[in-house]
Amino acid sequence: MTSPIGALFQREWRIARRVGGSGAMGVVFFLTLVTIVPFAVGPDPNLLSRIGPAILWIAALLASLLAFDRLFQADAEDGSLDLLHLGETPLELAVLVKCAAHWAATGLPLIVAAPFLGLMLQQETTALAGVVATLLVGTPALTLIGAIGAAATVTVRRGGLLMALLVLPLTIPVLIFGVSASEAATGGTVPFYSPFSILCAITLAALALCPFAAAAALRHLGE
Amino acid sequence: MALRRGFLYWLVLMEKSPHRPHAEVHSALRLKVENLAVARGGRPVLAGLSFSVSGGEALVVTGRNGTGKSTLLRALAGLLPSLSGEVRLEGVGDAVELPQLAHYLAHADGMKAALTVEENLDFWAAYLSSAADRRSRPVAQALSMVGLSHALRAPFGALSAGQKRRAALARLLVAFRPIWLLDEPLTALDRASREKFAAAMRDHCALGGLIVAATHEPLGLEEAGELVLGGAK
Repeated sequence: MTSPIGALFQREWRIARRVGGSGAMGVVFFLTLVTIVPFAVGPDPNLLSRIGPAILWIAALLASLLAFDRLFQADAEDGSLDLLHLGETPLELAVLVKCAAHWAATGLPLIVAAPFLGLMLQQETTALAGVVATLLVGTPALTLIGAIGAAATVTVRRGGLLMALLVLPLTIPVLIFGVSASEAATGGTVPFYSPFSILCAITLAALALCPFAAAAALRHLGE
Repeated sequence: MALRRGFLYWLVLMEKSPHRPHAEVHSALRLKVENLAVARGGRPVLAGLSFSVSGGEALVVTGRNGTGKSTLLRALAGLLPSLSGEVRLEGVGDAVELPQLAHYLAHADGMKAALTVEENLDFWAAYLSSAADRRSRPVAQALSMVGLSHALRAPFGALSAGQKRRAALARLLVAFRPIWLLDEPLTALDRASREKFAAAMRDHCALGGLIVAATHEPLGLEEAGELVLGGAK
């Protein structure tokens, strides 16, 4: 018999990988965004290599935002959310497991795709490594912050836009330190580790706080 | 202390003894509701409600639309806070909360359309069952009890309304929980399925479980008690 947590992770993972799940959609959206930028700013290699990390980060942020609105809403619509309350697993832990599965299904593919898309943006090897490292550390924070927005808008029909408005301002710190650490990887005035460790700290803080905030929102809105 | 341990040992013996029906173990189970008041959306829906159900019994909650049948079940499942009054569970340990012992079945089935019936039920079996309880049934057996064996590997989304309902009812069987809170369980079921489900409910009562069901239609349980909501109006 699988443990409740393992079963929940497996279920979320399967749903994300099936047709109509959010797994592949995020990567395709990421690819599209990154491809569009050179058309808008022009094909100047110097400019692209300078703004490349920022483009990759913004695209990763928007791509992960795309999948959030179904995180709890799908469960609320089919009644699973009520039943998740009834399990012996605390709701906070269930939220954390859902976030972990969501990140594994939508965040990890973005990180895998990022170096290939970085090549299109004239990124050097060290810059690519910097972007991958910062995305690896930073995207879990995006997922966890997004979970609060998804939980707060769970009863709002078509709440995707409202959720984006709620979540985007909260992700600004992640974006600032993510981009500055990836830029510091290729040289600059600050060493790589100072913005990178702040990014790590943000993710850890999000890990500690966001499941409680999201579970509180779900409890309150379930009434 | 020694007395308590002796009692626990006796309980374990009863559990292990092959000839004993399980009814005795849970016969002390009793759901007691006293003076319960619940609001929904800021509007008081239930007030001064008292009743009790014991293990092995079923209670049918009836009443016109909007008299608070669903509200009562949601409050019992711990999904709505009560304004006043008390919901108590006797005959279980102090640390055990009612929601962790209850199955809640409402109009939504709680199943994922993208997954197969088997995957859905495997998940709920793992998520909702407290321990390896022998009264939890394997998925295949639960499905045959509701007459849905052929749909084991079908995606849930491809089932008809009645089949979806039967798959949702099978969830009650794959993880044993002594308290069933059922909100209109018979929706979309044909006659044969209703009879099968009535048999499953009788089995559940025989295993010492209790049922609180809100319904407009007869459940097919002869000995069930009845609670009429909003009768004064």
